[in-house]
Amino acid sequence: MELFGDYTLRVVALGSGVLGAAAGALGSFAYLRRQSLVGDALSHAALPGIALVFLLTGSKAPLPIMLGAALAGWTATLAVRLVVRRSRVPYDSALGMALAVFFGFGLVLLTAIQKRPDAAQAGLESFLFGQAASLLREDVVVMSLLGAACLVALAVLWKEFKLLSFDSEFGSSLGRPMRRLDGLFTLLLVVAVVIGLRTVGVVLMSAMVVAPAAAARQLTNRLATMVGLAAGIGAFSGVTGAVLSSVVPRLPTGPTIVLVLSTVVVLSLVAAPRRGLLWRWIRLGRLQPAAALDPVLMHLYALSQQHPGEPDHGHPLAVLRTMSPAGADLDRALADLEQRGLVHTVGDTLWAPTPIGRREAEKILDDSDEVSP
Amino acid sequence: MQDRRFALEVEDLTVAYSDQPVLWDIDLTVPAGDKMAIVGPNGAGKSTLIKAAMGLVPSVAGEVRVFGRPFAKGRGEIAYVPQRSSLEWDFPTDVLDVVTMGTYGSLGWFRRPGAAERRRAQAALEVVAMEAFERRPIAQLSGGQQQRVLLARALVQEAPILMLDEPFQGVDAPTERAIAAVLDRLSDEGKTVIVVHHDLQTVPEYFDSVLLLNVRAIESGPVADVFTEDNLRLTFGGRVGVLAQLAAAETGG
Repeated sequence: MELFGDYTLRVVALGSGVLGAAAGALGSFAYLRRQSLVGDALSHAALPGIALVFLLTGSKAPLPIMLGAALAGWTATLAVRLVVRRSRVPYDSALGMALAVFFGFGLVLLTAIQKRPDAAQAGLESFLFGQAASLLREDVVVMSLLGAACLVALAVLWKEFKLLSFDSEFGSSLGRPMRRLDGLFTLLLVVAVVIGLRTVGVVLMSAMVVAPAAAARQLTNRLATMVGLAAGIGAFSGVTGAVLSSVVPRLPTGPTIVLVLSTVVVLSLVAAPRRGLLWRWIRLGRLQPAAALDPVLMHLYALSQQHPGEPDHGHPLAVLRTMSPAGADLDRALADLEQRGLVHTVGDTLWAPTPIGRREAEKILDDSDEVSP
Repeated sequence: MQDRRFALEVEDLTVAYSDQPVLWDIDLTVPAGDKMAIVGPNGAGKSTLIKAAMGLVPSVAGEVRVFGRPFAKGRGEIAYVPQRSSLEWDFPTDVLDVVTMGTYGSLGWFRRPGAAERRRAQAALEVVAMEAFERRPIAQLSGGQQQRVLLARALVQEAPILMLDEPFQGVDAPTERAIAAVLDRLSDEGKTVIVVHHDLQTVPEYFDSVLLLNVRAIESGPVADVFTEDNLRLTFGGRVGVLAQLAAAETGG
């Protein structure tokens, strides 16, 4: 492909793919453990770490910056744990507080840094929304190594992480150190988040953790397939978004990646087999006519019994609707019944059974009496 | 020589949540091969007792021995069945995979389950009459089926002691009979079965012995001796009523 002949683009695409895969795979476990918000807190909390490292060293080299970001994120999760254990503040509130406090502190530092006259600070603000075009070869090497380390750890401790996500207590009963595994998992999640900070930015990195997992869960009932799909969706969105933002001038990388990702998520929510909205809608639609005809006739018959001697007393659609299950397609059922000569309209809006319809309804009643005494 | 007369010995076990005692100075001895129910009112600490005995919740004080050895060495001899409702069942996996988790203990850290482990899991599924469901996603199971899957996972561990937390809670009648039959069978094989149980009516039918618990251990021993109206009143306060009379009538007490 012409596009990937460009050296910069190749570097950008590789880096974004790696971050998408690592965040997608780790994010699947976070999703299943209902810890999606942890990714959000981690990434926001990384900002002061980045700013502090720059203040102390004056460098934007990838490794020290990532280390600072990881330390800050890790500190935030420790703070959350401490608050939850020592107070009555619930977990999600503690996460939200940690996120706000760390992110606010980071913004203050960032503003202070930007007021300084030296030119070295230029580009530091790209950690907010990501700037894939600024990725260097050495960035991508570090990102790939860390991403690979995350995936290897996940593969080696697959059984243990599965226990951690499904039934941690049972894992403990087998003698596995589940608390230490929990700590290790958080560490891996920190690494996966930190990998993406330069490309996607601290504000939207959490989407890379949550969204691929949410989409993948729609598509499968196997853990390994889910993790693989999430990694694939993350990588695809990362590459597509990063390349788009590098080719189109002034397009921020993080938001572009997240928009691509959102498209995949919406598609999978709507069109996924079995769990998707479309599938459910089609299945309901297919079952509807056969199920709805008899009850509608019976309801109409029952209503007409209220008015003996008035065979043409009409009944409004609204009454039938209250008697039928929500969402049943009454218009269609009535049209079908009318075509068979079982019901007829009275005036413009009212319905009544025809004599044939009455006999049909009585027959159905007799039949059901025989079947169920 | 290891002393295998007592499957489980609990001494002075005390558990507190934020300084509020949940279990107070519990002593309990479960002879090997016993089939014991742990009974008590809501909040009596029944689940906490087996969790603390398994080291799943921290205890303030106390000692647990398994077949005469310290718990840390005897842990592998206990299979634990958690409360069904404590799990997240919308998890992307199938029945066979969950039951195979019972082999993880013997597999150690890095080995993956293979054909042998799968066969063990399938055999356990047959015992609980769930073999037709091995490929069913667990999100699609009924409550009774979930409970049988958890029981099968414990059977796979082939442990001499089983601890079950409320296995009869909210299951259908066929599942209740199936679980009771499996517990009988385990007992016949000489295994020790300890069950947190909420249905006083079925205690004499399903169990040999009983621990009456309400933060403290009120009484424990054979059902015929211990499961009396007086003891139940001590355990439940005044709230036993009809059930206590029923239980007393059944045990002839």
